[in-house]
Amino acid sequence: MLQLSPAPHISSPKSTKKIMYGVIGALIPALVGSVFFFGWRALFLVVLSVLTAVATEWLFQLITHREITCSDGSAIITGILVAFNIPVNSPWWIAVVGSFFAIFVVKQLFGGLGYNIFNPALAGRAFLVASWPSLMTGKWSSPVHGFISGLDGMTQATPLTILNMSPSLELIQALNSQTMLKALFVGNVGGCLGETSCLLLLIGALFLFIKRYADWRISLSYIGSVFILSGIFYLVGVTPVNPVFHILSGGVILGGLFMATDMVTSPVTTKGVWIFGIGGGIFCVLIRIWGGYPEGVSYSILIMNMLTPLLDRLQPRIFGR
Amino acid sequence: MKLLSFKGGTHPLERKELSSDAHIKRVEPPEIVYLPLSQHTGAPSKVIIEKKDEVTVGMKIAEGDGKISVPLHSSVAGVFMGVVDYPHPLGEKKPAMKIKVDHEKTGEWEGKERDPESLSPEEIIKIVRESGIVGMGGAAFPTHFKLQPPPDKPIADLIINGAECEPFLTSDYRLMMERTEDILKGVDIIRRVLNPERIWISIESNKMDAVEKMKEAASTYPWAKITVHATKYPQGSEKQLVQSITGLEVPDGGLPFDVGAYVQNVGTAVAIYEAVRYSKPLYERIVTVTGSVREPSNFLVPIGTPFEYLIEQTSGVIGELKKIINGGPMMGIAQVTGEVPVIKGTTGILIQNEEEIIPGQTSACIRCASCIDICPLNLMSTELYKFISMDNFDRAEELGLLSCIECGTCSYVCPSNIPLTQYFKYGKAMIAKRRK
Repeated sequence: MLQLSPAPHISSPKSTKKIMYGVIGALIPALVGSVFFFGWRALFLVVLSVLTAVATEWLFQLITHREITCSDGSAIITGILVAFNIPVNSPWWIAVVGSFFAIFVVKQLFGGLGYNIFNPALAGRAFLVASWPSLMTGKWSSPVHGFISGLDGMTQATPLTILNMSPSLELIQALNSQTMLKALFVGNVGGCLGETSCLLLLIGALFLFIKRYADWRISLSYIGSVFILSGIFYLVGVTPVNPVFHILSGGVILGGLFMATDMVTSPVTTKGVWIFGIGGGIFCVLIRIWGGYPEGVSYSILIMNMLTPLLDRLQPRIFGR
Repeated sequence: MKLLSFKGGTHPLERKELSSDAHIKRVEPPEIVYLPLSQHTGAPSKVIIEKKDEVTVGMKIAEGDGKISVPLHSSVAGVFMGVVDYPHPLGEKKPAMKIKVDHEKTGEWEGKERDPESLSPEEIIKIVRESGIVGMGGAAFPTHFKLQPPPDKPIADLIINGAECEPFLTSDYRLMMERTEDILKGVDIIRRVLNPERIWISIESNKMDAVEKMKEAASTYPWAKITVHATKYPQGSEKQLVQSITGLEVPDGGLPFDVGAYVQNVGTAVAIYEAVRYSKPLYERIVTVTGSVREPSNFLVPIGTPFEYLIEQTSGVIGELKKIINGGPMMGIAQVTGEVPVIKGTTGILIQNEEEIIPGQTSACIRCASCIDICPLNLMSTELYKFISMDNFDRAEELGLLSCIECGTCSYVCPSNIPLTQYFKYGKAMIAKRRK
């Protein structure tokens, strides 16, 4: 029997599954870093979160009689990213609830892979922050390899929470110091599980950019606009810390490299992509400086996710028109 | 060297090495040939002979019907057995003239020689029509009609298309290697009809030996400039080729002459040369038979030869025959049966076995935007796909659906294997249907 199918009769080697597992691979260095800096509990939370995410997807698809696609890798990514967005000393059920919410409400109820408006992991985090604010932003454990000098009294806080508590001049100096910035870059500071090491996140992202599994333009415009805007605010004295501190602290790198670049929830056109990144960066700085939360990354990206359908209307000029 | 290029496109595996070194080989005609009355864009030809009539090679057996139509000539000597409904490579059975071949009498072409220089443009156009010439690159648009652009649209750039961007196919490449001089002589005739300011012969950078050969031959034709183009699909598409050379975009819904350009395939140039110089009508063509066959080949084939006969000539299929494709892998059409005959627009026959056919399994669109990045027409493929799935053809039309050239690049790059091009063809067909 001859097979009939429409042209083309060849297909590029790229596949959705390869993209998904590529992203998972790119998150591995940061995961190893988390275990190194925060101990085995980091791995425990990631595994628990991934299992919850995959199980939730499987159960949902089973009950609603849909095609079972929980092994396509996307739920694993969501699981890892939810865990990356919680403090390492969170109770175990925080990871479970966050992942369940991300997959069940944010992804599957909206139609599953490709149809969700918001990045599931970020919306999961927003849900956790709103529901258990003290657990999500109050208690922080310091890295197992010791905290850096000058901040010894503040082992229960991340550099960003210190900044949010009207710190003394001395503390600000410590935050702006080379030692601090180096620690932030390598990952030896308190914070959410996965955001700790900018270096390892960058290594993973570089792989994604080379493979074209993530759009570097979004990362560049997001992180770049945080840098420029916070730099302007630093120069005029609105924020006491320098722009390098702003991009290395908190989730800017994790969010800019791995969450804003989520294909499903970011725009598809060139113009849209740049606006998405720049807009996200602006919202992030505004929330950090004037908002109630010390961190603005999640909400900045969620706001831009919401605007994505609108940004998709910025279609390029059609050839010959 | 700077390669000429266009925006968008992709780089599928070329696989031209399978057949690129195979010299053009004339195949003996089969026992019976089937000549469909519709081998070109436009009205089908009308039969002008009677059943049981004897025919000779190159004899006119059907007349063109109207302005956009051409006559049909017998590709063999033999006996006309009548018109039958026969499988057609472009889908559905169509009326075809069945001819029983007389191998004794089927020989090479012998015709009256003419001096092209002595002919007026009008006479050349008439000869081109009488010879049944259509675009040999696959589109099969009647050439005599194309040779008469509106008088208010003068041709500045005559572009001879030797890009052959479809993977696997090598018929144009072999032609450029073996019939270099004849291509230029054909271009000279087209030149005399259109009177262009500039003449370009365009070849992709994966065929540098053809470029060299053409440059060498062109030394005696000072008007011919050879351009080398990036090896990128769909470089050979008319609009993309015009853009690569002139930098101009053919207006949406317009034709190349709207920007003073005119594109003709290298094979058509040879056909024009043979018709004008040797009075030889278009009854045979070069067909690449490649893919999973033991001896990938470039055959000179009498029109009307069934595909399966040509597949046998390559010493057979490797593995289990799964797909027979009329044309290349990007735009070619999968066939229901190997009985279909070669027509004037058949550039190649691609064979795929069980290992090469691509899985039909699709998954959800993850909005990776690959299809948008590569679209040479700048179309929003994701949106078009969405609206066509929802039967919202009006919105799809607003988004430029009718500009789609159906090159297949979006389907090719889609990581979820969504048959985007097929959606677009369907959407265009639905819009056309509603307009009727």
